[in-house]
Amino acid sequence: MDHTTSATAEIPIFVRAPRAVALPFIRSSRHVGRFGLLVVELVRGLPEWRQWLPRAVEQCYSVGYGSLFIVLLTSGFAGAVTSLQAGYQFTGSVPLYVMGAVVTESIILELGPVLTGLILAGRIGARYAAELGTMRVTEQIDALEALGRNPVSHLLIPRIVAGVLMVPALVMLANLFGLLCGWWAAKSSLGITDADFIYGTRYFFKSFDLWYSLIKAEVFGIVLTLIPCYVGYTADQGAEGVGKATTAAVVTASVTILILDTVLARLLLPS
Amino acid sequence: MIELKGVYKAFGRQVVLDGVDFEVRTGETVALLGPSGTGKSVLLKHIVGLLMPDRGEVLVGGLSVPRLPRRELTELRKRIGYAFQMGALFDSMSVYENIRLGINDETQYRDKAYCDERVAECLRLVNLQPEVSNKLPAALSGGMKKRVGIARAIAGKPSYLLYDEPTSGLDPVNADAMDELIERLQKEMKVTSVVVSHDVRGSFKVADRIALLHHGRIRKVGTAEEFVNAKDEVVREFLERDFQLLETDTE
Repeated sequence: MDHTTSATAEIPIFVRAPRAVALPFIRSSRHVGRFGLLVVELVRGLPEWRQWLPRAVEQCYSVGYGSLFIVLLTSGFAGAVTSLQAGYQFTGSVPLYVMGAVVTESIILELGPVLTGLILAGRIGARYAAELGTMRVTEQIDALEALGRNPVSHLLIPRIVAGVLMVPALVMLANLFGLLCGWWAAKSSLGITDADFIYGTRYFFKSFDLWYSLIKAEVFGIVLTLIPCYVGYTADQGAEGVGKATTAAVVTASVTILILDTVLARLLLPS
Repeated sequence: MIELKGVYKAFGRQVVLDGVDFEVRTGETVALLGPSGTGKSVLLKHIVGLLMPDRGEVLVGGLSVPRLPRRELTELRKRIGYAFQMGALFDSMSVYENIRLGINDETQYRDKAYCDERVAECLRLVNLQPEVSNKLPAALSGGMKKRVGIARAIAGKPSYLLYDEPTSGLDPVNADAMDELIERLQKEMKVTSVVVSHDVRGSFKVADRIALLHHGRIRKVGTAEEFVNAKDEVVREFLERDFQLLETDTE
């Protein structure tokens, strides 16, 4: 330890400074390279459907049914709050039927997919990273390889397939439940009639909005499973490594969801 | 036959294997001894291709492990049973499913009757009751986990068996039982085995030959008798702890 410290101190400043700048770039490049290789491995593992399909069904149940309550709870409150805040801002200045459009568009375009994505990044992302990280440090992944089995098709593909299939379904349910809660909140606090709410909803609704929500859900589903799978699968040794991997997985997946949310809005919504 | 020729492996600046030459003949059991942290497990992982050497050659059954294409490496791994130090059991699966996963022939793996029979046979070979098969690994003791790990390793009827510290963490009675188990498996299955250990006494009991790994190189290879009579200071120093026990046993 002392030897290492003294060795570092002996390195001249003109070497240390560029090294300090270059190291993060080198680490990032290494992650990009390893992530790319993992994606290639995932594609190569797809034909081994006998391995991943039964496990994907188990994961679908865990991701879909297991997350349903928290997803509906979040979207329900989001819908109600959107309705109440819109009422506070617009009452007296615009016709009440606009409330239907505000609630529906806010939920379908933004709150449903993004809030569901962030909630699942925490719930599923943390679980995947911790599970795979623990399997890495307890040599379970090495054991699978040593048995001549492909860890990617046994462990990663089922989890990512579950995300790709279940997250869009959860987002659609979240949209529906958020809309119903928003409608109920508008009716009970602002006195809007059912006919006015439905009129406002239908007046501004475009079928593309649902497609946009679905595309976002699909992209978020890939992000919030693929990133934690990568981070957990490549976790460092020890309990600290698993802890760091879990935190990194949730933070990276959440930030990526927010960035992609903006990128998709810019790319897909006509300005 | 397993051969390592001039194997060099470093992690960052830390050199773990510094030109290891090591050979295990077909059908024999070689114990690889050395203090903790000398790279014994690293060497074992090179044999099964979990780690690749920076330099040097690893040959298993005449096949070069670092040069094998992925598919052929997978096929080779199916002929190697690897018993991990802590068992490395899949904690979400029952003992039955863990051992079944060791059956690496896909046709046999899907044949439920064959799997039932093979799992029961493997449990018998490692002296475990059939009732254990329904338990989860969390419900097993350390010694039982190691036994299940060995049962999984032998489920695919391998030609090579690699044991990583099979007696570490076990009390003397269970360690002796584990040594007897390795000896018995060797007689019944007639496989080529490498036993990584720092337990001199147990290694003398189970191995045909012994190798001592020291500072990244094989310091000495020989029979138990050759080790006991060795003049090399490093060898003598390493054996010293267990010498008293050995002499008592011999008497």
